[in-house]
Amino acid sequence: MTDNSLALNAPGPELDVIAVRHGAFGVSGSGDTSGFGGLTEAVAMPGPSAKPYGGWFDEMSEELELAMADRGVVAGAIEKVVVDRGEITFFVRRDQLVGFVQALRDEPGLRFELCLGVSGAHYPLDKGRELHGVYHFRSITHGRQIRVEVTCPDADAKIPSITAVYPTNNWHERETFDFFGIDFTGHPALTRIEMPDDWPGHPQRKDYPLGGIPVVYKGATVPPPDERRSYA
Amino acid sequence: MSEQVKFVDEDTDPYATSYDTTEGTVYTVSGGDWDSIKAPSEGKQERVVVNMGPQHPSTHGVLRLILELDGETVTEARCGIGYLHTGIEKNMEYRTWTQGVTYVTRMDYLAPFFNETAYCLGVEKLLGVTDQIPERAMTIRVMMMELNRISSHLVALATGGMELGALTAMTFGFRERELVLDIFEMITGLRMNSAYVRPGGVANDLPEDGERRIRETLPLLKKRMKDTTDLLVDNQIWMGRTVGVGYLDLAGCMALGITGPILRSAGLPHDLRKASPYCGYETYEFDIPTQTTCDAYGRFLIRVAEMAESMRIVEQCLDRLKPGPVMIEDRKVGWPAKLSIGSDGQGNSPEYIKEIMSQSMEALIHHFKLVTEGFRVPAGQVYSAIESPRGELGVHIVSAGGTQPYRVHYRDPSFTNLQSVASMSEGSQIADVVAAVASIDPVMGGVDR
Repeated sequence: MTDNSLALNAPGPELDVIAVRHGAFGVSGSGDTSGFGGLTEAVAMPGPSAKPYGGWFDEMSEELELAMADRGVVAGAIEKVVVDRGEITFFVRRDQLVGFVQALRDEPGLRFELCLGVSGAHYPLDKGRELHGVYHFRSITHGRQIRVEVTCPDADAKIPSITAVYPTNNWHERETFDFFGIDFTGHPALTRIEMPDDWPGHPQRKDYPLGGIPVVYKGATVPPPDERRSYA
Repeated sequence: MSEQVKFVDEDTDPYATSYDTTEGTVYTVSGGDWDSIKAPSEGKQERVVVNMGPQHPSTHGVLRLILELDGETVTEARCGIGYLHTGIEKNMEYRTWTQGVTYVTRMDYLAPFFNETAYCLGVEKLLGVTDQIPERAMTIRVMMMELNRISSHLVALATGGMELGALTAMTFGFRERELVLDIFEMITGLRMNSAYVRPGGVANDLPEDGERRIRETLPLLKKRMKDTTDLLVDNQIWMGRTVGVGYLDLAGCMALGITGPILRSAGLPHDLRKASPYCGYETYEFDIPTQTTCDAYGRFLIRVAEMAESMRIVEQCLDRLKPGPVMIEDRKVGWPAKLSIGSDGQGNSPEYIKEIMSQSMEALIHHFKLVTEGFRVPAGQVYSAIESPRGELGVHIVSAGGTQPYRVHYRDPSFTNLQSVASMSEGSQIADVVAAVASIDPVMGGVDR
């Protein structure tokens, strides 16, 4: 779905473009009689937020900055902070991730005891940052919940493993490796967990070919879901 | 080995083979009489690795346990999962937001209403309509979830009892669960996989006599629940099998990310219904049962106590059910159809069909647009978490502004909790592995998704 017209309409570099929509009605593959077919619209994720973030976010991020300084995590480890829909997201540089989560777990003012695993997301249009590892943490002590997002380019799909800090992430990282092909370096046994061991490819990636079994009925085949007509 | 002794009959059994590795000869044995298998060369270390499952009556569905044994003692335990992986998360990326409910309900199939509610709360948060959900819909959601918690815990007791040889607990547990499933069938038309909770509210209102029929069922359910649990509470055989078995303390739970009854059996009263309330749970009166034994018996007692607490919440729900809408007012989001329960399950109500087919052209167009195309959700991501019978059920949803989810990920508590099998059962006997796994109560549909 990439084309040159995107460059004209793309928002500023700070925004993460995740989709480009053509036309007004999302329909493709049939004749456009409305005249809206030439429209091109870039869809971006919510952009970075500036301080103050509001609520407990400010107190927490101050604690976080102090803890990072104490532990030798460089100040630039946090690429940006996004506050959206009542949730705070820290985008963290991957080389600083382990020190960062160590601070999250051990600092009394933060105390995020519970790691809720890592989920992946594949944004083919987010050039140089195609693969995202999305971590959620919960602090039972303080009753807080945050998101940490780490990006890596598709060509060098590596994110350091945090299983040494949060052993619970063992299976979660295996799952995200299985589905997205992100190599969590330092994981004790990074093998497939849901798909068979000899499975080719990583199914949750957006470029994973769909269709599998061509069902033929009266000479016609059912196209894979991403090639069917839809309003998306 | 210089002189080849035949330990296994490779001629008649194609699966019985032996091969040499750096650690010595490995023999594969499947069935047969142990005495007919001669002991391998003396003096060398002998290790037996047993594959328990994926098809085994006491592994809770298709869980494969790989146990390394020293006699009856388990020296290492590992889980093999993925046998029930159906690609639900991927499938959802090619369906509308509302159709997603039909998929998520099939994940943890013993707790469908939790899967649906967690997903719908997330979608509503993405849409920014959380405060527009009618009160009646929220109350019905809470009621369905708590009834579901009872039915799920009943299955945990039933299958757990069966796996340890208490067959009456199994027959009683499943019989009592039928009472709850009958309520689900009356309200949603289906016993499980209901797709009842929808973004914006619930699919249809309770039937006219629904409230009365639930009230009539509750005393019987309460009485029978007591009968079932009395079979096991203070039962010496049951205690002999579960007390001190499957030990996991608070530090272990925290490191492994364990939530739910296992965490509460380590003494920490952490429950998202209190810690981070949703659906108005902060307005209900209930307690969080805890134990400090860290073992399978403690988890059993917690499930028993939680069923009683859920019963309290259901009664409060019934008391506060006031007539009103069950779907959001916003016509751009709310499902347009008025559904009803017929003899063949849930479907469009005849009055509604009459209206759109013969009275209002606009209503028909509106129905068509919303049902085929669906609504669009502004780009962004949310994490919505609720307390399922097994712990924190979290949903990470990403929207790219379209009519279909860009990415949906379930953090299913069964998946995370299953990681504790090794710490719970290494060093114990094989029979204790069964008790430990039963106390985790994993549901493989949720683990594999």
